[in-house]
Amino acid sequence: MELKSRPRRRDFITISSGESFSPFHYSVGRFGSQFLTELRDHKRFMGMRCAGCGRVYVPPRPVCGPCFKKMDDWVEVGPNGTLIAFTILRFAFIDPETGQKKPVPYGYGFIRLDGADTQLQHFLPVGAKPPKIGMKVRPVFEEIRHGNLRDIRHFEEIA
Amino acid sequence: MAKRVAIVGSGQTDHAGNRRDVTGCELINEAVRRALEDAQLKLSDIDGVVIGNMDHFEGINGAELWSIEGSGGIGKPTIKLTTGGTTGSTLAIGGTHLVASGFFDRLLVIGWEKNSESDTTGAITTAFDPIWDRLVFAGAISGLAVEASAYMHRYGVTEKDAARAAVRDRRHAVNNPHAHLRKEISVDDVLRSPMFSDPLKALDICPRTDGACAVIYASEDVAEKICPQPAWILATANRHLYSMVSDVDFSSLKSLELASREAYRKAGVREPLKEIGVMELYTPYSFANLSWIEALGLAKPGEGAKLIWDGVTDMGGELPMNPSGGVIATNPIGATGLIRAAECSLQIMGRAGARQVPDVKRALSTGFGGCFWSDVLIYGTEKPA
Ligand SMILES: [Zn+2]
Repeated sequence: MELKSRPRRRDFITISSGESFSPFHYSVGRFGSQFLTELRDHKRFMGMRCAGCGRVYVPPRPVCGPCFKKMDDWVEVGPNGTLIAFTILRFAFIDPETGQKKPVPYGYGFIRLDGADTQLQHFLPVGAKPPKIGMKVRPVFEEIRHGNLRDIRHFEEIA
Repeated sequence: MAKRVAIVGSGQTDHAGNRRDVTGCELINEAVRRALEDAQLKLSDIDGVVIGNMDHFEGINGAELWSIEGSGGIGKPTIKLTTGGTTGSTLAIGGTHLVASGFFDRLLVIGWEKNSESDTTGAITTAFDPIWDRLVFAGAISGLAVEASAYMHRYGVTEKDAARAAVRDRRHAVNNPHAHLRKEISVDDVLRSPMFSDPLKALDICPRTDGACAVIYASEDVAEKICPQPAWILATANRHLYSMVSDVDFSSLKSLELASREAYRKAGVREPLKEIGVMELYTPYSFANLSWIEALGLAKPGEGAKLIWDGVTDMGGELPMNPSGGVIATNPIGATGLIRAAECSLQIMGRAGARQVPDVKRALSTGFGGCFWSDVLIYGTEKPA
């Protein structure tokens, strides 16, 4: 049968899902909760040492992946650290947690806290002076803290 | 004893930034029909289907169910494999394992993605740890930008070095009728393109593509009856080292170092630069074409750029890389790793058309994704012993 209309490439139809919002509630676990509570109440960073390989993990977790050993040896690390790698976002991408674009520019880096073997990712201020790999940094805490990573505003260079 | 396994046919869609003319299911069907035609097989010859994508790009969970009319899986064992960015290479490795098991003689393996249907970066971000990784993260682009920053700092590599690698891939893509971006670019074009995430600019990074790829795997019992020159799988290897991005060791791509050494050993390769004729690498951004070829053992740490500038990896060079144009030219994410396998099989069969590298005896493909995970496959013209 002959069709009465013939959509061209630009006329193909798309259907949008709408402003869907489906919040999740992630368990942080015993070790993660301990870390965030120390951070909130005492501005302390606690890591976890593996008895097998000696590696100190931040954030702490109950199992060392490479050794597959259970861990239970808390050690204090930081609060200062070293910048291992970084970027500065110039283009605003959608943050799936809010549905909004994160304001740009913003900087973030991988910070190896003193005494740790893994890194913590956090914001870096974007100012006149660009971040430099190898620079020493310290955390700047929020006055009111809620027990999440946002209790740290960012890490700044130690002058 | 595992059966020997070969690729005997493949099909790719007309990859594009937006294929609004087809649903995901229809896109899959386009690749499947082409693969069956390529291998001169009927759907009834196929005894199992393996399919993969990243569900969160389309927001259709259970895409293996929803796409079954297109995939040809009705009435057949249908298995889904999905591992993030490595989905396509996991499909390539999983297909090998399933046929090697002896349970399947002719297996249809499909990777696909319809990246136009969502915000790719937003979707990628949901693949990462919600408690520790997501606060600062902005998808693959920011994660790779961070890797590039460490690499540049360590070796003094420049944005211009990386740009040359992007230029190579885009030049090669001109020869590939399936490629998404088929326009040549210059080093200056790359350097002048908008900065997205320091030091990565728009032309340093892969596009988001709608596309599907289907590959037919056959066991040693039937492969040579289907295809005069099957692409034998000589080795597969993978390494998944981390759960969290914050754990990644940026001193090199360790997962690729380890996986490639295992693959070389299994395939009896001692000097990859000399013994492998072509590589199709899952290098989703320009700097990966420098630092990850070091991880593959092709150059000393910090010296990957020299190979690129000397033309060693160009068409006509000693070891051409990404004759298809690679990931920088085409990136339907769940298909991307499998396209590398399909392209290697075409090179082995001598059927790659304008992008054919002469006289390929061995080819190597990689997959990258997850949390800096790596997959490696090696293919050959000769049936393994
Ligand atoms: Zn350990």
